[in-house]
Amino acid sequence: MGAEFVQFSLTPILIGMFAAIACALPGNFLILRRQALIGDAISHVVLPGIVVAFLLTGTVAAIPMMIGAAAAAIVAVILIEAVRRLGRIEPGAAMGVVFTTLFAAGVLLLEQSDTSAVHLDVEHALMGNLESLIWLRATGWESLLDPAALAALPPELGRMAVVCALIVALTAIFWRWLKIATFDEGFAQALGIPAAGLGFGLVVTAAIAAVAAFDAVGSIIVIAMFICPPAAARLMTNRLEVQVLWSVAFAALSAVLGYVLAGYGPLWFGAANAVSAAGMIATVSGVILGLACLYAPHRARIGAAREDA
Amino acid sequence: MHRPDLAIAAHDGQALPTDTCPADSPLAVRGLTVSYGEKPAVFSVDATFPARAMSAIIGPNGAGKSTFLKAALGVVPRLSGEVRVFGTPIEKARDRIAYVPQRASVDWDFPATVLDVVQMGLYRRVGLLGRMSGRMRALALDCLGRVGMADFAHRQIGQLSGGQQQRVFLARALAQDADLYLLDEPFAGVDAATERAIIDVLKGLRDAGKSVVAVHHDLSTVRGYFDHAFLINVRRMAEGPVETAFTAETLHATYGGRLATTQIDEVMLSGGAA
Ligand SMILES: Nc1ncnc2c1ncn2[C@@H]1O[C@H](COP(=O)(O)OP(=O)(O)OP(=O)(O)O)[C@@H](O)[C@H]1O
Ligand SMILES: [Mg+2]
Repeated sequence: MGAEFVQFSLTPILIGMFAAIACALPGNFLILRRQALIGDAISHVVLPGIVVAFLLTGTVAAIPMMIGAAAAAIVAVILIEAVRRLGRIEPGAAMGVVFTTLFAAGVLLLEQSDTSAVHLDVEHALMGNLESLIWLRATGWESLLDPAALAALPPELGRMAVVCALIVALTAIFWRWLKIATFDEGFAQALGIPAAGLGFGLVVTAAIAAVAAFDAVGSIIVIAMFICPPAAARLMTNRLEVQVLWSVAFAALSAVLGYVLAGYGPLWFGAANAVSAAGMIATVSGVILGLACLYAPHRARIGAAREDA
Repeated sequence: MHRPDLAIAAHDGQALPTDTCPADSPLAVRGLTVSYGEKPAVFSVDATFPARAMSAIIGPNGAGKSTFLKAALGVVPRLSGEVRVFGTPIEKARDRIAYVPQRASVDWDFPATVLDVVQMGLYRRVGLLGRMSGRMRALALDCLGRVGMADFAHRQIGQLSGGQQQRVFLARALAQDADLYLLDEPFAGVDAATERAIIDVLKGLRDAGKSVVAVHHDLSTVRGYFDHAFLINVRRMAEGPVETAFTAETLHATYGGRLATTQIDEVMLSGGAA
């Protein structure tokens, strides 16, 4: 593995890994809080955001798209809170109402706008363009030390690395709060932990991960990574600390294996073209979850009847 | 059981002498009202729990007992009223309060060991970023020992019986090393041996000068376990030393038609024997 690997595979694999880890970390807590679908929901909300950004700017550049997506996510979180308080309905139902409405608004906007230009973008939103995030200036491993080559790295790599580092740092700093408040919210509040703000912060963090990742790798990976690696990790252990480490390992493994299989797998089977890397990464994470369901050491706990139930 | 040395034994259960919270009470509320929707769950409640005593909160399902505790702790917002813990607002007294929520309020499939859960009780001393030192770990293990659960430290919490889970919750409260212990139904769904073990720990706390306030459902053991009773059904129905506040009349008032007169008579007879 030499120059060709560095040029064509290194950066997409790294971006895929950072995106997968950034989504999997908050995914652990969302699943334990029975809010797993929020990742799915956020990626739906992103659609009207990018359409509005496109209509306003007329370009498909990454920055306006990301700002639009982030704005849509914030609007959604505020709307959910409003529907929940004013309508006095449970959070799950409030989420359902808001996300469906926003997604429908996105589709409607899309139909009203110049479809030929935007159509391409919806596919982009779903599948991303991981394969195109290559490092053409690289000539081999030595390029990692070459400032000129480094300057030509795809900007998505830097963005995703920063977001991933931010989420790792937030998870580490707020670890004790997250653990206590996720297990026993009332107890956490009695200790003086701001559990409501923490829950809100968790959703915002998930939204940041989703928006950053959707630009580079598409919403398919986002949805898969929020759920599959943490769910598989839960089956490997009975300790939160270990679970989170497993989820990071599974997310990274999905990214690497998925990218490699998408690029070379079809060729091994005699097919002419590679398949979508994003789709393959999501598929690998699903297969890992399936294997965990069959063989993981602690699979009996999930869905098992409670002793006191 | 009568304890003449109670700090505040004078209240006769109906009239409270002051309309501000007395500073020597570990937990006092005035005019507490809490509402989740249109109808208040707790309405204009006054209560003054005595120091160095075991107090019971008694009332039917849905009477607002858990809500009362949560509002006292600031876990649910109160609509109006005043709460004082050792004479100060709750925010200033968090280090002095330990709380045991209803066991069914958490997901016991959560990936944590018994020791993990007990160490949560050390949070106020360790802080957000502090290290869980060996001394802290030993402290948590010691609390497990006090409830007879030392052998289960590394067990996943979902693999415990209901009674064992309740003991783990009690151990977590012991780890908080508080002066006031608020417990929501500590005896729910536990067998006689566990109930014995828990009541011994709680009485030990009282005898060490701590104050204990517990939501309690088993009317037949009120007289055997508690010094002070607070009867609630949305409003305060009675409060005072068990002998004066926990009577056939106050039970009738609190439970309405839900308890037959014969049941109340039974409770009143059995109470003396416990
Ligand atoms: N989170 C909530 N949202 C809305 N209503 C609630 C909530 N929690 C409690 N209630 C309502 O408030 C009232 C008092 O509930 P609470 O849990 O305080 O009763 P309780 O006396 O503890 O009952 P139990 O003996 O069953 O534990 C009930 O009518 C209940 O339905
Ligand atoms: Mg209750």
